[in-house]
Amino acid sequence: MTMIRKTFFYFLLSISALVLFFPILYAISASFMQPQEIYAGKLLPSSISFDAYKEVFNSIPLLHYLTVSFWMSFIVMVGQLIVCSLSAYAFAFIPFKGRNLIFFLFLSTMLIPWEATIIPNFLTVLKLGWVNTYMGLTFPHFALPFGVFLLRQHFLTIPKELWESAQVDGCSRFRFYWKFVLPLSKSSLSALGIYGFLTTWNMYLWPLLVTNDDTVRPVQIGLKRLIANESSSSWNLVMAGVVSILLPTLMLLFVGIKYIREGLTAGAVKG
Amino acid sequence: MAKMKRKQKRSGNHNQVRLFGTGMIYLLPALILLVVFLFYPIVKTLYFSFYEVGGGGVVNEFVGMEHYQSLFQSEEFRKSMVATFLFVLYTVPAEIIISLFLAIIASEKLKGIGFFRTVFSSTLGVSVAAGATIFLFLFHPSLGILNSILGFVGIDSIDWLTNSKWALFSVALTTVWMHLGINFIILLGGLQNISGELYESAEMDGAGYWSRLFKITIPLLSPVLFFVTIIAVIGSFQTFGQIDILTGGGPAGSTNIIVYSIYQQAFSFGNFGYASAQAIILFVIILIVTIIQFSVGEKKVHYQ
Repeated sequence: MTMIRKTFFYFLLSISALVLFFPILYAISASFMQPQEIYAGKLLPSSISFDAYKEVFNSIPLLHYLTVSFWMSFIVMVGQLIVCSLSAYAFAFIPFKGRNLIFFLFLSTMLIPWEATIIPNFLTVLKLGWVNTYMGLTFPHFALPFGVFLLRQHFLTIPKELWESAQVDGCSRFRFYWKFVLPLSKSSLSALGIYGFLTTWNMYLWPLLVTNDDTVRPVQIGLKRLIANESSSSWNLVMAGVVSILLPTLMLLFVGIKYIREGLTAGAVKG
Repeated sequence: MAKMKRKQKRSGNHNQVRLFGTGMIYLLPALILLVVFLFYPIVKTLYFSFYEVGGGGVVNEFVGMEHYQSLFQSEEFRKSMVATFLFVLYTVPAEIIISLFLAIIASEKLKGIGFFRTVFSSTLGVSVAAGATIFLFLFHPSLGILNSILGFVGIDSIDWLTNSKWALFSVALTTVWMHLGINFIILLGGLQNISGELYESAEMDGAGYWSRLFKITIPLLSPVLFFVTIIAVIGSFQTFGQIDILTGGGPAGSTNIIVYSIYQQAFSFGNFGYASAQAIILFVIILIVTIIQFSVGEKKVHYQ
């Protein structure tokens, strides 16, 4: 590649990265500012101040919200990994009659937007007494058809001969699932796990419906309260809150980007 | 001989049943969850849409098609549908074009490209609430940096969120930004799956950068582009969080797109029946879009 072309591409890449990342950079920058500096329309703080971070944890129970979000995302992640891998295992390794029909049923769920079902789902959670509980927040999200397809795709690449020889050695189906299939699928399980954790952490509409006090209120809904409390005067506080919420998921994304890219690509290109 | 065959057949049947049972045990958790939290609720929503249902889910009298009739006569709902389709139009093409551009420049083999790829993927880690809050700040009429930048280059301030002509655009801008990460990741994966040999032989034939881009890259990428478009359209129809944080459906209903409208009718006004009719319309729209996309896509898309 010629020098000019290289420079040109670096130029395009840098400009794009700057524009794309600007909102996040500016949020970080504003979280370190004094309110006067925000009023003056400064791009960068004159000195780094952590005051906004100290205050934001007093303004709303941010630490509590973050903990709730963590547990909620963790529970959904584990639930999805178990439920989806069991189904994917059946689709890939158990050749029973009617398998295609049930697979088609799973596929058809893609046509039903979750948002179109919120009214009866809300009533179900109400009836079960799951309002303001982790059960209500997490349980309805355990079955993720996308996750089933993703894992099935990977399970199909495991040679059938492996099951046949394991069978000869007297290995049960469940043992094979647990001791062979799962360990051989670490990369796609990681992809699904990270994806599930991120999307649950980011969930908004459902927690808004099934929580009406702070008991298990996740941080995304807590943010709304922060805006109501502080946005009239202290945007540095609001941005400190936003950055505190962004950090965990951005870190997870940066660490797990490799798995997500492999997993999602497999789903899109081959699925 | 015949006896043995029959025996074999019977044990074959027996095996079939056992196999079916085993398969179902593994599928049961997912099946139960899908039935309880997806299939049953969509049927129940359809049922609700024919009844007067109050807050808390108390089913009152049967009203038949009345909810649908009043929806189609309602000026408010017509406005909401226009806003919804405009929103899809504002977001989907922009999302695809920008993320395709990013994927193409990030697929160059350069030193440090991993850094740029990570930055371009980053909005996947930004939640709807956090992203919308940042933009709420950027759009702020007096403090917002966007108006400061406009002022710097001598353009009048814009009432991003309070002017009904701009609000939907502003929400769309926020949404495009938030969706770039996921689209970028999928498109980059698609680009990297295109075999390098094709490019080498094209280069030997003297094809330049642009002709390689439009004759090889884009056609071979079309299945992935197709997949990303479906996800983008469906995602657009399901938008909720950024509306709730940025505009609350206003000003004057200009950003009251369908999911927000369902939410308000059901959970602010307690009209569960009326909201259910809207939810069914959302379901039908997504169904039609998916069917159109698959029947058109199957013909137009170039598969390897």
